[in-house]
Amino acid sequence: MTAKFRTTRRAALVGASALALAGRLQAEAPKKGGTLNFMQNSEPQTLVPLTTTATPALTVGAKVSEGLLEYDFDIKPKPQLATEWSISPDGKTYTFKLRPNVKFHDGKPFTSADVAYSIQLLKTVHPRGRNTFANVTVVKTPDPLTAIFELSQPAPFLIKALAGAESPIVPKHVYEGTDPMANPNGNAPIGTGPYKFKEWVRGSHIIYERNPDYWGGPLPYVDRIVFKFLPDPGARSIAFENGSSDLGYRTPVALSDLERLKKVPSLRFTTDGTSYSYNVSTLQFNLDSQYFKNLKVRQAVAHAIDRELMIKTVMYGYATLCCSPIAPGLKEFHDPAPSPYKLDLKKAEALLDEAGFPRGDNKIRFKVPMDYNPIGDESRRAAEFTRAALGKIGIAVEVRAADPSAFVKRIYTDRDFDFTYNGHSNLFDPTVGVQRIYWSKNFKKGVPFSNGSHYDNPKVDALLEGAAVENDPVKRKEMFFEFQRIVAEEVPDIPVFSPLFLTIYNAKVHDHSLTADGVEGNLAHVWVDG
Amino acid sequence: MTRRILATLRRTAIHAGPTVLGIIVLDFLLLQLMPGDAADVIASESGVATAETMAALRERFGLDQPVLTQLMNFLGHLAQFDLGFSPRYNMSVADIIMSRLPGTVTLMVTALALALLLGIVAGSVMAAFAGRWPDRILSVVVLLFYSMPGFWVGLMAIVLFSVKLGWLPSDGSMTVGANLSGFALVWDRLDHLILPALALASFFIAVYARLVRASMLEVQRQDFMRTAHAKGLHPFFVQLRHALRNALIPVTTVAGMHLGNLLGGAVVIESLFGWPGMGRLALEAVLARDFSVLLGVLLLSSLLVIVANMAIDLLHAWLDPRIGAA
Repeated sequence: MTAKFRTTRRAALVGASALALAGRLQAEAPKKGGTLNFMQNSEPQTLVPLTTTATPALTVGAKVSEGLLEYDFDIKPKPQLATEWSISPDGKTYTFKLRPNVKFHDGKPFTSADVAYSIQLLKTVHPRGRNTFANVTVVKTPDPLTAIFELSQPAPFLIKALAGAESPIVPKHVYEGTDPMANPNGNAPIGTGPYKFKEWVRGSHIIYERNPDYWGGPLPYVDRIVFKFLPDPGARSIAFENGSSDLGYRTPVALSDLERLKKVPSLRFTTDGTSYSYNVSTLQFNLDSQYFKNLKVRQAVAHAIDRELMIKTVMYGYATLCCSPIAPGLKEFHDPAPSPYKLDLKKAEALLDEAGFPRGDNKIRFKVPMDYNPIGDESRRAAEFTRAALGKIGIAVEVRAADPSAFVKRIYTDRDFDFTYNGHSNLFDPTVGVQRIYWSKNFKKGVPFSNGSHYDNPKVDALLEGAAVENDPVKRKEMFFEFQRIVAEEVPDIPVFSPLFLTIYNAKVHDHSLTADGVEGNLAHVWVDG
Repeated sequence: MTRRILATLRRTAIHAGPTVLGIIVLDFLLLQLMPGDAADVIASESGVATAETMAALRERFGLDQPVLTQLMNFLGHLAQFDLGFSPRYNMSVADIIMSRLPGTVTLMVTALALALLLGIVAGSVMAAFAGRWPDRILSVVVLLFYSMPGFWVGLMAIVLFSVKLGWLPSDGSMTVGANLSGFALVWDRLDHLILPALALASFFIAVYARLVRASMLEVQRQDFMRTAHAKGLHPFFVQLRHALRNALIPVTTVAGMHLGNLLGGAVVIESLFGWPGMGRLALEAVLARDFSVLLGVLLLSSLLVIVANMAIDLLHAWLDPRIGAA
């Protein structure tokens, strides 16, 4: 694949008559060597995202532990460890031809046995893999370079789940017979990737070095990637300004700093390479709450939220308006229809009156606490925005702060909340990212990011369950559209926007965001000027 | 002299044992009051969970055991000088802490030394020129340091020295992957140390300067000062040997107590400068509800403070012979 790409480029060069064009292309030719200083917001727990999907582990994972496939910006599969693949018409058999002559960093060959073992591991220990690979009954290995997944039912999302950061292929000989959570491979990984693990100084940094025996040779170009842990957002902005960090992912700085950083001549910004995981931010109701179990109250709140103003103030404009639980980025499935509840304060007030909550003392209808998921720095602002917006229609909101652990316990275990500002990742497919939030069978106390609203609609259940095994893309899309129409009407939550994630990089860094998962990919093509 | 020092040591050691045990048990019980556990944190970081992963995590962290069993397990390990294992880091707690301890000790000792040195110099100068312009100017500077929080001083120092002037690095404790040796290595470490140490020390510089100024001025009126002057000693030596030595007692007392505060301040400064130390480890452990690591850090910190207080006691015994006799 790479080779083909290079030939085309050379052919274009030969055909070009103008010297200027040749000069420009020459300037774009990748340089070898150098160090890439990668900004790592926080220290990962492990370097292999096998038993966790925590963001810090995702950015360091795929450089060492690759996946079967990678994806273009539209999540169309491209070869990585698998060179060819085919899906049977009934959607129950996936055949992968594996790349020959690939070696793990310890010199052992990569074979279909590693694929079979990794998929089995993912199915048992990966937080998402348990659902993603639930239908995979067996992975057959007729020869060392062929892996065949046999499924009990179709899983139309499966082909999108095979990126290195999502479903890493790990060496069987390292994991066999061990506890995968405690395996030392998590601290000093061995993989097939373009970079080899060199050192991990706890609290300070991780160093990966170029793998000279990489199957994609002459890739990679850089000699070394240094992941420096920078837990303070202010310090991260400064690290970009003074050039000590070259590349950061998913808007690693405070949104309020972006204006200033955009004026720094050495810095560049892109939204490329963020399409593998879209988030949707929502105001999520507890449908067991004495106030929000009433549809009219929820509709009233929906009528009072000005999404555009919220994006402008809370997100400094770095978000896309979204009235659906499926992010606009998932173009195939997103229903662009506006919310049935337009911004209309008069109507909101009327609905609240009808619901039996008239304005009382101090013109307050009722008092209600609000929580927010503290994982992003915009959450608190979003909660405060909501307080101001609902104050106008007589609902007195009291914002409660908590750290991530306390938040998760309050919402999902204690269920001691009325409504909350929350965010969910859609990932690469609604069955993987969205179903869990609205499926009544996923209302599980004590399980974080399950159906936190306690939403229960048999029709929605049927649609979600149907879409999960529907092999016909057209029918599947219809099912998701129908689902979106129902939840928009019933407002178990109010989706407000989908945040835009920026990759920030120094102008000297090139070719870092070429795939759907961008910087979370294997970074084999990245190169650094000078 | 030696016997007195030994007596001081013995007394402190006897106090230390129960203190440490009390700290551990109290910490452990306080930690139980925090909402959420390690499995909740991991799930919230992952943004996804299933009932099975949650159960597996709890089992791995030992959270499925009753609280009392967890405490007994921890104390049992501790009795064998074993701080336990952190499933989150997939490492033994002792290894995690040891990898961070040198960073914190370097930062704290440098900051304390810097604070004492600059504080005493500034305080002495202020006392010597009491009421005149050097005193006035230094007083303003000291007041500024006193009222600005350390992280703000640190941020402003980064903006000035790192962003605008480009003299000093803004993060980390060394140039990663530079393979330096000899003088270049020492210089590189100092380069990274100076800003965080200064930021951590700033408040304490102010405290010591004011303390030294006040006690030096008080000492000036004592009889022995008049005697020293009357003997015809040079005023500089009178100040240094007679005034300053006596003025140091309150400073060392306070400095001993400040060691604990420095550890607390280190949490903020280490986060700001990406400094690989124990303060940040403690904060991360609290947020992660990783109690084995947190208890290890707290245990070691309390030991550190106890050792430092012991050192201060000894220092006092040396500075003022009357103290040890009590």
